[in-house]
Amino acid sequence: MSKKDTKEPSRRDFIFLATGAFAAAGAASVAWPIVDQMNPDATALALSKIEVDISQIERGQSITVKWRGKPVFIRRRTDEEIQMASRVDVNSLPDGNARNNNLTADSSATDENRALDDNKEWLVMVGVCTHLGCVPKGQSLGDAKGDYGGWYCPCHGSHYDTAGRIRKGPAAKNLDIPVAEFVNDNVIRIG
Amino acid sequence: MKNSTHFKIFFLVFTFLSFFLVTTDTHAAAGEQKRVEKHEWTFSGIFGHYDNAQLQRGFQVYKEVCSSCHSMNYVYFRNLAEEGGPGFTPEEVKVIASEYTVIDGPDDFGEMFEREGKASDNFPSPYSNINEARASNGGAYPPDFSVLAKARSTERGFPWWFVDLFTGYQEQGVDYIYSLLNGYKEVPEDFKLQDGMHYNEYYPGNQIAMGQPLYDDSVEYADGTEATISQMAEDVSAFMMWAAEPKLEIRKKMGFKVAIFLFVLAGLLYYSKKKIWSRIEH
Amino acid sequence: MSKESTYIPRNGFAKWFDQRLPLPRMLHDNISAFPTPRNLNYWYTFGGILTFCLVTQIVTGIVLAMHYTADAGLAFASVEHIMRNVNYGWLIRYIHAVGASMFFLAVYVHIFRGLYYGSYKAPREILWILGVIIYLLMVITAFMGYVLPWGQMSFWGATVITNLFSVIPVVGTTITEWLWGGFAVDNATLKRFFSLHYLMPFMIFGVVILHIWSLHVTGNNNPVGVSVKDKQDTVPFAPYYTVKDALSLVCFLILFAWFIFFNPNILGHTDNYIMADPLVTPAHIVPEWYLLPFYAILRAIPSKLGGVLVMGAAIAVLFIVPWLDTSKVRSATFRPLYKQFYWIFLVNCIALGYLGSQNPEGLFLVASRICTAYYFIHFLIVMPVLGLVEKPRPIPESITKAVLEKLEIKNSKEEAKA
Repeated sequence: MSKKDTKEPSRRDFIFLATGAFAAAGAASVAWPIVDQMNPDATALALSKIEVDISQIERGQSITVKWRGKPVFIRRRTDEEIQMASRVDVNSLPDGNARNNNLTADSSATDENRALDDNKEWLVMVGVCTHLGCVPKGQSLGDAKGDYGGWYCPCHGSHYDTAGRIRKGPAAKNLDIPVAEFVNDNVIRIG
Repeated sequence: MKNSTHFKIFFLVFTFLSFFLVTTDTHAAAGEQKRVEKHEWTFSGIFGHYDNAQLQRGFQVYKEVCSSCHSMNYVYFRNLAEEGGPGFTPEEVKVIASEYTVIDGPDDFGEMFEREGKASDNFPSPYSNINEARASNGGAYPPDFSVLAKARSTERGFPWWFVDLFTGYQEQGVDYIYSLLNGYKEVPEDFKLQDGMHYNEYYPGNQIAMGQPLYDDSVEYADGTEATISQMAEDVSAFMMWAAEPKLEIRKKMGFKVAIFLFVLAGLLYYSKKKIWSRIEH
Repeated sequence: MSKESTYIPRNGFAKWFDQRLPLPRMLHDNISAFPTPRNLNYWYTFGGILTFCLVTQIVTGIVLAMHYTADAGLAFASVEHIMRNVNYGWLIRYIHAVGASMFFLAVYVHIFRGLYYGSYKAPREILWILGVIIYLLMVITAFMGYVLPWGQMSFWGATVITNLFSVIPVVGTTITEWLWGGFAVDNATLKRFFSLHYLMPFMIFGVVILHIWSLHVTGNNNPVGVSVKDKQDTVPFAPYYTVKDALSLVCFLILFAWFIFFNPNILGHTDNYIMADPLVTPAHIVPEWYLLPFYAILRAIPSKLGGVLVMGAAIAVLFIVPWLDTSKVRSATFRPLYKQFYWIFLVNCIALGYLGSQNPEGLFLVASRICTAYYFIHFLIVMPVLGLVEKPRPIPESITKAVLEKLEIKNSKEEAKA
């Protein structure tokens, strides 16, 4: 139509462009809450850090706590378990990475790098087998502990040693060590 | 021409309804329920916001007076540190929570046990269940505080219920609660008060099971404010509004931005429409 | 009405796709190029607004369903969980709750537009009937949705309305208990209401497709009620009506946003923030505002069965409107008598709405009965009789002529001023 051609195209198009851009920005800001509501809600986030009282745990005892919906193994190791773990040559391990979120990503899987404290008594690990996600046995006194005295996953036969490192079986990685620290002598904060 | 017809109709509607609505009041209860006055709140209106100091005082009143009977189950200790709330720090919240005892369990022996509250816990109930609450309060259940400010209202009659739609008045509940707390008066001579009930000017029927909860200096405010009944009533009402609407501030702030956005977009669309329609005769 | 498709695939892919599934073609023909009368005013934008409302309710509803728990012991708490813990949960819940009210506001404007301009008259009878079906589905959906928060009004509103089914002779109580899944509104009722509340909007969506399809068979009506005669009576739907619909939608959103952000609970009832208690009845049981006219009609009739029948008749009469109106002229613009009765009818409906919120006693009861009677008088007497006795004003020869006449009048007025 002739009316269209005589008008300056840039002025007419600008308003359509501005309107379209504005509307698109509006649509995007509406879309965000729809997407974000599926993210972990406030109750989940509130439990993303927990504090655990470890004052009652004796040497050679383990407890399991729930953190972010998963079991966390907290074990106070005996001297024998510590020695067994320290003697192992890291290069012979199937997974040489410490998998410790409190250290740098390339730390090697020495027993020092697996333990939480300087005395190496305390082991804090996510109790989920790194193969396909079952919960390994070994926390209770009567449990099977596998060939290396630590934990044993009954689903597909992964064996973990007394530092929670994979030694035999289909799992490829050592048990994950979450961000954790001693708040004081009696309390560990995880997360 | 069309516009004047529309106006005539609106005028007719208004007078027609006014006749019915102003003359009769079907919500007059057995006793004379005093009309609730509108009170000034920092959180009312388009730019409404909570006053941190007031919410903290209100929380103190709740903790020291009301929480012995009234639960607040949907509010969590961590809410006290959240934006748009009383403004406690996370450390203060940890301390506040630890002063409460909560029930947890079962433990490895199958027993429920008590422990200190954590920030992630909700406010524990003073009673184990509704029946216990009723039994301890002469059969009356002390309502939970979580949404109480939204569960109460005042009858404003016509044309206020229409006007309120467009003034953003949403403090009917807190106005009522504030009035109620100030409304305990001497029983009038000709009034028959039942056993165990108390006289209140604002309660429907004028007989309320709750005894007067606030007296001057019931609470010693941490910030030194004088704790008159009216002050405590105002503070705890504001606190209850926050408990019911913790997202009020972010809601109104977002609303302002959305309004600006929509007005600008409407303007852009208006000019776009004019431009497009200028192509033909219409 | 020209039914020739004007779609031309622009590239190789478009051509290939068009030969296998002519979806872009259908969208082009029905949205982009659809010939629409050039004189549609803003009252005609509410169909688009309604589609937006339906999509909004569905999207926010699906999101809420990710966090809601349909169990009598947990429902109320789950709604509070959404309001307090879910990211933007408060916003999504308020959009959904206010959205229901806005949906009904828009549908009432849409219906009354139809009544004014004779949009229900031949050949659009099926279009109208589909619309009434959509309205009925909306009412049922909204009723069930309101039960879900499991507040006092949720519970008691459900009790009052489901109890109405017991008036059916012989099988009434059996049907009511079947609806309840028990001997009163309880957990079983809540669970099935949640399931059906999730389902019905998709049924509404299906009927909306039929509604738009049927509209596109006959073409739109228009404010002068004169049928489209040739091409110059129409303009392509895009960009003329896409931009007009968008402008109207944004203005609608301003009102919508006002309620969401600055007074989200005013359209609801405070009693619904009290958890449902089967042993305590609220002082005044009222439905949401958009159901109040029917509530007034229900309580105007002294007998329970009578009330149910008359309330049902109030909706049933809407189905036969195309045949009740005998006028040969469509638009009230040219029907001076009908125009007066239309406004009286509108005032009557608003009055019924107000009366639904009051106790049915004294002056209110008398008024309810008068207004209920008048509601039926309008459909069953006024509409048929008026068409026969009214002398309509002369109608324009065509849409284009009507538009040009209006422009002439406007221009001469401006010249006279200058």
